[in-house]
Amino acid sequence: MPSISKRNRKKEKEIEDAAKNRREIIAAQLSRRDMLKLGLLSSAGFLVPIRGLSARARNSAGALYDGNPSSPPTTPFTQPFTRFVVKQPVPSLNPAPTIAPNTAAGEGRTIAHQAFTQFPPVKFYEVTQQPANVSVHPQLPIQPLWGFDGMVPGPLYVAHYGEPILVRNHNNLPTNNGGFGKNSVTTHLHNGHTPSESDGFPCYFFENGQFYDHHYPNVYAGVLSTHQAQGGDINEAMSTLWYHDHRVDFTSQNVYKGLAGMYILFNDHDTGNETTGFHLPSFGDGVGDDSNFDVPMLFSDLLFDSQTGLAAFDTFNFDGVLGDRFLVNGKIQPVMHVHPRRYRFRWLDAGPSRFYQMFLTDLTNLNAHNMFWQISTDGNLLPRPYQVESVRLGVAERADVIIDFSQYAGKTLYIENRLEQTDGRGPSGNVLNAGQGNRILKIIVDLPTVADNSVNPATLPAFYTLPNKTATPRIIRNFKFERGNGQWQINGKFMDCNEVRVQVQQNSIEQWNIFNNSGGWQHPVHIHFEEFQFLSINGAPPPTSPLVLNGRKDVIRLEHNMQTNCFFRFRDFSGKYPMHCHNVVHEDHAMMLVWEIGPTGDNNTNP
Amino acid sequence: MKHVGRKIMTGLLAAMFVSGWFLTPVGAQPLPPGSQSPRQRIAAAHFPNVTLTTQDGRKVKFYDDLIKDKIVVINFMYAECTGVCPGITANLARVQKLLGDRVGRDIFFYSITLKPELDSPQKLKAYAAMHGAGPGWLFLTGAPSDIELLRRSLGFTNPDPKEDADKSNHIGNLRYGNEALMQWAACPGLVRPGYIAESIGWVDWPKENKGGKGGNK
Repeated sequence: MPSISKRNRKKEKEIEDAAKNRREIIAAQLSRRDMLKLGLLSSAGFLVPIRGLSARARNSAGALYDGNPSSPPTTPFTQPFTRFVVKQPVPSLNPAPTIAPNTAAGEGRTIAHQAFTQFPPVKFYEVTQQPANVSVHPQLPIQPLWGFDGMVPGPLYVAHYGEPILVRNHNNLPTNNGGFGKNSVTTHLHNGHTPSESDGFPCYFFENGQFYDHHYPNVYAGVLSTHQAQGGDINEAMSTLWYHDHRVDFTSQNVYKGLAGMYILFNDHDTGNETTGFHLPSFGDGVGDDSNFDVPMLFSDLLFDSQTGLAAFDTFNFDGVLGDRFLVNGKIQPVMHVHPRRYRFRWLDAGPSRFYQMFLTDLTNLNAHNMFWQISTDGNLLPRPYQVESVRLGVAERADVIIDFSQYAGKTLYIENRLEQTDGRGPSGNVLNAGQGNRILKIIVDLPTVADNSVNPATLPAFYTLPNKTATPRIIRNFKFERGNGQWQINGKFMDCNEVRVQVQQNSIEQWNIFNNSGGWQHPVHIHFEEFQFLSINGAPPPTSPLVLNGRKDVIRLEHNMQTNCFFRFRDFSGKYPMHCHNVVHEDHAMMLVWEIGPTGDNNTNP
Repeated sequence: MKHVGRKIMTGLLAAMFVSGWFLTPVGAQPLPPGSQSPRQRIAAAHFPNVTLTTQDGRKVKFYDDLIKDKIVVINFMYAECTGVCPGITANLARVQKLLGDRVGRDIFFYSITLKPELDSPQKLKAYAAMHGAGPGWLFLTGAPSDIELLRRSLGFTNPDPKEDADKSNHIGNLRYGNEALMQWAACPGLVRPGYIAESIGWVDWPKENKGGKGGNK
């Protein structure tokens, strides 16, 4: 309607003028006395909220526009891509880990390790959450972030099935937070098949000065139930996981501040050595460009204050936070050099709120459809590779892809996000044309030719078989993700640490029907502990083209009004776990519930 | 607002925090000259220092008198609301009882009216009495443009302009935080009072914070 858009344009101009006025005042470097005399400062010393200077307005897209809408300029593709530092084990931990929480020594855990005797750790790690003063771009100041071992993102864990590990996690984070973040933490390994007390349950947080021992058995689901003889169901093997803070009510701030990293799992099939098993590109030692063709990539989008150049986070936002600078492995728009051969990239959308659709773009040939191969959904290998032009990712979704750069020798490509999104509620649905999106990583194919012993995905090698999903569930439950009075709900109720909404019987099957009833918002919904398969999406079987959704997953990208029916087995371990929206801003505003695995299950179909 | 009877230790700790001694991030470079500290930026963006009137007819400045150095719980309501307000206000009354005499000492509840044209201080006072609100819980009104500025600044908005204009469907969250520590969060006003009290405890001064209290039995 013309009159509304005219009004909006007028409002937008008002907001822009206000921002301009404020910037001019700052640029003029008026003294406090001048500003008081001019009536621009209140006696408390803050800019008077008069028209022309008003803070915190929204533009017509609903996005926050506080007078500093965009980050300072950063020249793209001027710094090298960095691989994660591989986390090294330690010979021992002091004090030695115990099944019971070592409260006297300052452990914040309150529940005993339920599977310690069955799966004794063979490797020990010690990690410390602490201030991390890092550079994300040479044109920005050092960022006072928080990181595991002082790194953002944190170190990469390289784990193996059959090798249980114990990670001692120290909280050395300060109370002074520079504006956002809370030094009370609980670290979740997404989506480990992990006993509840080690899983990073949102309400099991610990404070500065304490530590928390996490026991990661690194076992296949079914190990103590349906597949005991086989040591678990090999077809439940997972490959690409990540870890991040999960502290109830403060998750978005802490993850944005840097508390996240990745974790990869190898076994006798996904070996990390391209001459064995499934022959996937070699991980090597994870360091340097030679003999390392398996590359984890963590995508995040941040906003930097236009005045100070420091990462800014709006803790007063309920809808979702969008950054305007795109980072891979903690660096804004870096450049990577590759050999002209196949690579495995492990892609993760680490949020906080943005959805991506990743394409391979050649700026000299914008009409080309540069195909590649998707081999996993949420880090779980598919039955075989699927050729795709793009991969869509909501927050916390992972996709392993194989890209063959031999056809691009001497050329330059970009990983480009072409999914249009202008506010935190969700993408608009438009997929932009090649070159019109956000170019995130520049890839120059100029390293020398080297041997490639990895499998050619075009031969359609077989990976794992999908576990059967025809068995009859003990119960079918419905979960509506909704919005009420501006707050996020599931089935009309809110998160409460002490309320268990669902009792699941250990070693049983359930069908969870998950609906998006929230109007204009989209939600990547995550259930901890087990992978699921889609039985149906909006009434139809899960597609394999153009988006691949027929694999094992742990995040449901709930788009507008979507209805999904999901098949779950809940096996081996017990205790409390959450289900929640992984737009971490929604998660912090109650879009979460607690479910628990125990000896008996309830019969509540609308928990 | 002066507060007598505050525990000495709490006061000392609070004084150390507000003096900024703990507020410089470790290892960070100094901010550009003329730029605000993080605490000032948050105040500038979210706590306009407008003048409001309490249910007792007293005039107060929003940031200076109500927010600075305090632990606060903020919600929006109006006296004739038949939606979520009665439930949220009743909930807050129970939370106030659970928190005892800390409310009014270093924790403060603020209920701000969305209908300042209708909700006079007297009307708010009657509303507060009806719900059993105790000392330390202010019901606030003011100039309509100031109230609207507050509402936007505190984030109690709906990105859809039509929905945003519908006051009967207003945001039912409680914004809670510790201003000096710059810890801000929110929880729905209709969750269990015990859980709200627990959540407020999460932004309490550190010496009183013990780890992992939530739900791990």
